[in-house]
Amino acid sequence: MTHRPGPRKFGFETRMVHAGHVPDAHTGSRAVPIHLTTSYVFDSPEYAAQLFELKQYGNIYTRISNPTTAVLEERLASLEGATGALVVSSGMAAQFVALMTLLSPGDEVVASSHLYGGTVTQLKQTLLKLSIKVTLVDPHNDAAWEQAITKKTRALYGETIGNPRGSVLDLEKLSRLANVHKIPLIVDNTFATPYLCRPIEWGATIVLHSATKFIGGHGSAIAGVILDSGNFDFSRFPAIAAPSPSYHNLRFFDTFGHYGFLMKARAETVRDVGACVSPMNSFLILQGLETLSLRMDRHVGNAQQIARYLEQHEQVAWVSYAGLPSHADHALAQKYLPKGPGAVFSFGLKGEGAEVREDGKKFIESLQLFSHLANVGDVRSLVIHPASTTHQQLTEEELAACGVGPEMIRLSIGLENVEDLLWDLDQAFHALSRSIRA
Amino acid sequence: MGSGSGVSCAVTLNTSLTPEQRALYQDVGQINHLLDSARTIALVGLSSDRQKASFFVAGYLKDEGYRIVPVNPKADIILGEKVYPDVASIPFPVDIVDIFRPAQEIDGIVDQAIARKEKGIDSPAIWMQLRLVNLAAAERSLAAGLTTIVDKCVKMEHGRYRGGLHFAGMNTEIISARKRKR
Ligand SMILES: Cc1ncc(COP(=O)(O)O)c(C=O)c1O
Repeated sequence: MTHRPGPRKFGFETRMVHAGHVPDAHTGSRAVPIHLTTSYVFDSPEYAAQLFELKQYGNIYTRISNPTTAVLEERLASLEGATGALVVSSGMAAQFVALMTLLSPGDEVVASSHLYGGTVTQLKQTLLKLSIKVTLVDPHNDAAWEQAITKKTRALYGETIGNPRGSVLDLEKLSRLANVHKIPLIVDNTFATPYLCRPIEWGATIVLHSATKFIGGHGSAIAGVILDSGNFDFSRFPAIAAPSPSYHNLRFFDTFGHYGFLMKARAETVRDVGACVSPMNSFLILQGLETLSLRMDRHVGNAQQIARYLEQHEQVAWVSYAGLPSHADHALAQKYLPKGPGAVFSFGLKGEGAEVREDGKKFIESLQLFSHLANVGDVRSLVIHPASTTHQQLTEEELAACGVGPEMIRLSIGLENVEDLLWDLDQAFHALSRSIRA
Repeated sequence: MGSGSGVSCAVTLNTSLTPEQRALYQDVGQINHLLDSARTIALVGLSSDRQKASFFVAGYLKDEGYRIVPVNPKADIILGEKVYPDVASIPFPVDIVDIFRPAQEIDGIVDQAIARKEKGIDSPAIWMQLRLVNLAAAERSLAAGLTTIVDKCVKMEHGRYRGGLHFAGMNTEIISARKRKR
C-alpha cells in the first residue's frame, strides 16, 4: 500500500466510529460524553442575543441542540453523505418535521403506497388536518407518479425498501422525476441503513430514518433523523426561500445557503413542534451505530438464508424478499442494495381467509426464538402479523394497495445463530401441520 | 456480501463546481490556514439591512475577533465600522476580500485586489460567497498569486471548522482521534 500525503477520505467503517466526535480539550474523554442538560450558560448578554438571532452558532436549549445529539447528527450525516442532520424524538417525528418545514396549507405530496402503516396514516390523515393532500401511487408505475404530480406538489416521498413487501424504490428514476419538477425527493432509508444504500448518491434530497431500528440495533431507544443532501436549489422554494414570519422574516435560503432547510427545520420547526430527542437516547443510538456495518452484514446474511429456506417450504405460498431472484424487484435490489436488501421481509402461509389468519396466529405462538412484537431492526429476530397489528388502521383498499393480506407474516431477522433460527421456524411449521391434521 | 474495505463516499457539501475546480478553489487546508491567519476582512457589498446574509456574516466575523472593513458605495458606517466605497480606497492592508456582489461585478473587484498586490499594499485572498461564482475572475486572481476561494460562505466555513456549526448537526468532515486544542 502506498501512502500519499494529503487529506484522506476515510472509509465508512472509520467514520462509523469516529465522525462527529473529536475528544474535547479539557477531559479528553474517548467515549462520547452524555450531556444531560436542558440548557447552557451564555458567555454574555450580547452573545445570548446573537445566538437567538442565529448570528452565532452554539447551544441554547436542548430542544434545539445538544452536544451528545450533535455527535450522532454529524456521524449520521457523514455516513449518508449528507451536508448535515437533525436528530429528533422518533422516526415519525422526523417525517413530520421534514414535511412541516417544506409544506404549507394547500400543498401536495406524491408518495409511494408501499410505506410503513404508521406513515400512511400520518400522511393521509394527520397532514389532511393541516390541509395538505397526499396522493399514494404504486411505486413501480411511472405514469402514476407523473399523473399525480400537480402544480401544488412540493415533494415526492418513498421508502428505499418498502414496508412490508420489501419492494425497492427506483431511486434514480424518481430523483430524475423530482428534478424535472424542481421538487425534493424524500426517502425513508430505515430498512436499508446508510451501509446498504445511500439514497443521496442516487439523487435524493432528503433522507429520513427511524434510528429506532437498525441504526440503534439494540431496541432500547426511539429516535429519528432528517438528513439533507445540500444539493437541492431551494432558492425558488417558498417555504425555505421566502421571509419567515416565525423567525423575524429571516430568509433561510439567503442566509444559510445549502444549510437553509436544516436550519429552518431545527430553529423553527422543532422549536415549535417540540419533538426533541433525549441526549440519553442519542448516546444509546450512538452505541449501536458504531457496529452498524458488522451487524448489517450478519443481518442480510441470515435473512438471505432464511428467505431461501422459506421459499422451498411446502407450507409457504410466497416469500417477498428482494434478495431472491423470484422477487419482482430483484434487479433493482442488485442495483441499489448490492450488499443485500435488508433483513425485514414477509412471507405468506398457504391457505385463505379466516383459516389462514388462524394459522398465522398459531405459527407465531409456536415460535420460541422470534419475539412477537411491533418493531423491526433489532439484534433479536422479530415476527408480526401486519394485518392485525401495524397495518390494522388501514382500510381494505389501503391494505390491498400496500399488499398486506391475512396470510402475511413479517419477519425481522436478527443476529442469532442462523441454524437456530431455521430450527425455530421448522418446529413452528411442525406445530402448524400437527394442528391441521388434528 | 462481506464488509470488505471501507466504503468511502464523497461528500460534496453542495457546490456547482467540478471536482477539479473544487481542488483549486475549495481546498480545506487552504481555507483553514486562511481562517487562522487572517485578521482583517473586507466585505464587499456588505448591506446595512439586518436581515441580509452579508450582515449576518459581518456580525459573526466581528464577534469572532476579526477586524471587518465594510465596502459599500452607499453607506457611511455599518456595524460601527467606517465604510469604504471600493476595495481600491481601503488605506491599510487587508487579508481577505470577501465578495457579496453579483458575478458580473466580481471582475472589477478582483482587478482592484490584484492592483493592490502590484502596488505592494497587501496580497489579499479573494473569497466569492456561496453561489457568487465568476470562474474567469477566479482564474485571474489565482494567476496573480492570490489565494482564491469560490462558492463558500466564510461564516459557515468558520462555524464548521471552529465547532459552532457542529452543534447544528453539520457534517464538518473533521475526523480525528487527537484531543482538541481548545
Ligand atoms: C420505515 C419506517 N419508517 C418510520 C417508522 C417510524 O419510526 P419510529 O417508530 O421511530 O417513530 C418506522 C417504524 O416504526 C418504519 O418502519
